[in-house]
Amino acid sequence: MSKIWVYAEVSNGKVDPTALEILTKARDLAEDVEGVVLGPGATEAASVLGEYGATTVYASDDPVYADYVAQPAAHALYQLIQQHSPDVVLFAMNYDSRDIAGRLSAKTGSTLMSNVFEILGSDRAQTGIFGGATLVDVDLQGSPKLLLVRPKSFEPEPSGGSAKVVPVDIDIPDELKKSRRLERHEEAASGPRLEEAPIVLAGGRGLQDPSNFKLLDELASEIGDAAVGATRAVVDAGWVPYAMQIGQTGTTVKPGVYLAFGISGATQHIVGMKGAKKIVAINKDEEAPIFQIADLGIVGDALKILPQLIEEVRSRKG
Amino acid sequence: MNIVVCVKHIPDPNIPGELEGGRLKRSGVQGVLDPGDEFGVETGLQLKEAHGGEVTLVSMGPPTAMEAIRRGLSMGADKGLLVSDDALQGACALVTARVLAAAIKKSGPFDLVIAGVESTDGYTGTMPSTLAELLDVPQVTFVKRLDSADGTIRADRQTAEGYQVVESPLPALITVTAGVNSPRYASFKGIMAAKKKPVDNLSIGDLGLSSEEVTSMQQIASVGSAEARKAGEVIEDDGTGAQRVAEFLKEAKVI
Repeated sequence: MSKIWVYAEVSNGKVDPTALEILTKARDLAEDVEGVVLGPGATEAASVLGEYGATTVYASDDPVYADYVAQPAAHALYQLIQQHSPDVVLFAMNYDSRDIAGRLSAKTGSTLMSNVFEILGSDRAQTGIFGGATLVDVDLQGSPKLLLVRPKSFEPEPSGGSAKVVPVDIDIPDELKKSRRLERHEEAASGPRLEEAPIVLAGGRGLQDPSNFKLLDELASEIGDAAVGATRAVVDAGWVPYAMQIGQTGTTVKPGVYLAFGISGATQHIVGMKGAKKIVAINKDEEAPIFQIADLGIVGDALKILPQLIEEVRSRKG
Repeated sequence: MNIVVCVKHIPDPNIPGELEGGRLKRSGVQGVLDPGDEFGVETGLQLKEAHGGEVTLVSMGPPTAMEAIRRGLSMGADKGLLVSDDALQGACALVTARVLAAAIKKSGPFDLVIAGVESTDGYTGTMPSTLAELLDVPQVTFVKRLDSADGTIRADRQTAEGYQVVESPLPALITVTAGVNSPRYASFKGIMAAKKKPVDNLSIGDLGLSSEEVTSMQQIASVGSAEARKAGEVIEDDGTGAQRVAEFLKEAKVI
């Protein structure tokens, strides 16, 4: 593979960690690994990308990329692709990159593959179906190939390199400045961040009522170093903030231990947590798919077991 | 306000899926309107009720996909458009977007196109963005709450950290999450009325797309099983469930 690009998101001056994972993988696949980063903080982010293997980084600190949804970034990427002809462009399967890659695919007329678990070559990648139980290798056509890679698919490792930063100066036409971000709201949770926590406790419909998430918070604080997440179903139902969503849309977690309370295990949830080292599931329905991937499954009422478990943990800490 | 809602007919997600030639088996399988699309239809109907206009359902799929359109019509949409063609089997997201874009352009001017965030069966989640680019309109994705007034929409857009408030002029495309509203049930009257509502059946030839444009750019090379996780232990809670979990956590050095 001659030239791979990695598109890296930057927000609040911080590089999306998934970009570093993907860069690490890209180093194994190609000699020529380059990065693109657009928006405030890009130039600073470029040096981080260099440490993870990008030899050249195309960067622009222009706020237009953060202010408007997808269109300016897709436009700039397309211009850059025409100038520099990468063979593959890798994106993290995150909210903003998903939007940008989708638009880009219409411009390049080349294929865009979602939910990539593994990159097998310049024109082949792997994804999973049925919650990742079945793996599918897919041949890709067109150029450049566009791939949206699942977060936490690869372990990030610094290369000790540094990048040449090439400033991007592309004029964004006014007709692409339409869908505008007016406000940004962060729903900060106490304790470790969901995507970084070594232990994740997650709740689903089986918790029956929003107020029962208190029990998960209580257990998390007894355990320490644990974050609380939720399924799409309960986020959609308005029980807990959006930032707690684990799954296809939402956060991907890969903790040492994942405890699922009242979660059945829909595919869109499983893809967001299947990388957990150990999985414990508690669910009333013995047929729940989550039991197929659980190291320990308890067929029972999560609401009954939770208070008992809090007591058990408390007494064992004693 | 002329509203187009993209709908998909998928194998019933409550029945375990099967593979056929590396793809999800569709023929002979009980199908439904993608549950995620019901929120799109409901969004369209609420906008129509507030601003007037028409709701058109657009779908691509085999002839049986008509069921999904009928279901949306019975909820209250005005008309439907189904693109069916054998050449579209196994279409990738880009091809699907091209077909829907051509169908939407053919159906007339629109103010808003609505789609789900991702389909429940394929869950690629990129088709709507590609469609927005092909229609040359801005997009607001992952919509959790929507307001519309004076040719502008304003929405809460879900993000990993929380949400953003995003504003866009119309025409535009939005993708809605399941949290955006509560879809109505189809009434008996609605189901009867749906049978008389107009639905256009189109093929690729009707849309003026070349065979190259509708050839999937992804081919399945092989299908295999993931390395199975070590078979876990599943036990019935007999009152000692919490204790078992605690012991497990102790072994894993969590406590």
